[in-house]
Amino acid sequence: MSPIVPPHPPHELVTEAELHAYVDRQLTPERQREIEAYLARRPEEALRVEIYRAQKRELQALFNPVLEEPLPQRLRMAAAPPTPWYLQRLVAGIAIAVVSGVAGWGLRGGYQPEPGAAVLAQRAPGAITMTSATGFAKRAAVAHAVYSPDMRRAVEIGADQEGQLVAWLSKRMGAAMKPPHLQALGYALEGGRLLPGDKGPVAQFMYHDSAGARLTLYVSNEVADTDPKMQGRTNQQTAFRFAKEGSVNVFYWVNGPFGYAISADADKAELARVSGEVYRQLETAR
Amino acid sequence: MQNDRYTESDDDHLLTWVPRLRRYARALVGNRDDADDLVQDTLERALAKSALWRGVADMRAWLFGMMHNLHVDGVRKPKLHTVVLDDDTLELPVAATQGDRLAVLDLQAALERLPIEQREIILLVALEDMSYAEVAATLGIPVGSVMSRLSRGRERLRSLMEGQPDPVRLKVVK
Repeated sequence: MSPIVPPHPPHELVTEAELHAYVDRQLTPERQREIEAYLARRPEEALRVEIYRAQKRELQALFNPVLEEPLPQRLRMAAAPPTPWYLQRLVAGIAIAVVSGVAGWGLRGGYQPEPGAAVLAQRAPGAITMTSATGFAKRAAVAHAVYSPDMRRAVEIGADQEGQLVAWLSKRMGAAMKPPHLQALGYALEGGRLLPGDKGPVAQFMYHDSAGARLTLYVSNEVADTDPKMQGRTNQQTAFRFAKEGSVNVFYWVNGPFGYAISADADKAELARVSGEVYRQLETAR
Repeated sequence: MQNDRYTESDDDHLLTWVPRLRRYARALVGNRDDADDLVQDTLERALAKSALWRGVADMRAWLFGMMHNLHVDGVRKPKLHTVVLDDDTLELPVAATQGDRLAVLDLQAALERLPIEQREIILLVALEDMSYAEVAATLGIPVGSVMSRLSRGRERLRSLMEGQPDPVRLKVVK
């Protein structure tokens, strides 16, 4: 540490600041010795210095034990959140890539409803606009791209704690969030996580097949755009829609207040098969 | 995954500061829950500004400075009742107790009665072992202010603990 008051004042002149720097050992060794000699002749000042040093020691004794206390979970989470900043940054990067990809699909008509896809229901008119639905599919694809390659932290809560997962996501989403079971189709539930959506929380469930290939179900309850100009453009259909970004295919649909998206590297036929089953289970659960 | 390794070291990076931020916050705020709230706010703010990390030369000064700002800027609930005093402000006489003499206070009680801008400097020096220049950088004030507040704070702490009704006014020792 650099000396506080260079150049040295004459030996006899010791400032208040220097006394503190002496207490805190922030002087050069030479000056430290000079002040020591000075204090040897001034018992009153020496006492004051000793009292300040004692204050320091006592403060350390009083508060150093905090260092040994176990960290509360909330501080752990705050220091290393499940969706940490580096992933958010990564998502931002991917979002740009996806948006440019989406512009391409638009031109090719990639967002048109699939001719073969059934129009499943006509529920909850006005729940999600077409605009928000496409944004929703993009976010689902991004979330899949970000989390599915992660071998160690693909989910926040694992399927071994399914009860906890369901309770937590249901609470945060404000609606029952029970992951469909897809064992019959060859997919085991791995777990799930909560993600930020456009306007609120989004739930993501992760599955994998026997070869380890992952599939995600993305559920959002983002409300309809309240802009009156948008009302006429409300998408009332709940047809399955299909979108593609690189190797990620997304099947998505709107049902009541919820949007669902299934993303995987699998082909369209496989996604349609899984989507149909998920849709069936969600309908049955109503 | 390569990405995993990178992210983990960064996690550890911020996590390693948590115990020290907690220690300082506990001393600054006094009670555990409020102190941990302050730490949590600081961590969240730090993560929100993580894009700036690369440009931060002194992570400790940055983090503790952020905690300082959160604490004094009124972002915190006004429950803590902090009074910012200018260096020129006269020392407020300590409220007298029943008698003419003050009760002798223990260290923690005495600490709580220090003006916040004296308390934080005493704590950064004692607990973090910061140099005066580092304290100045952390709090965004000149080194001269650090010295005068440290001096008055320590003297005040002494008089509170010795039960003197008024801090001794110091003069430069010749």
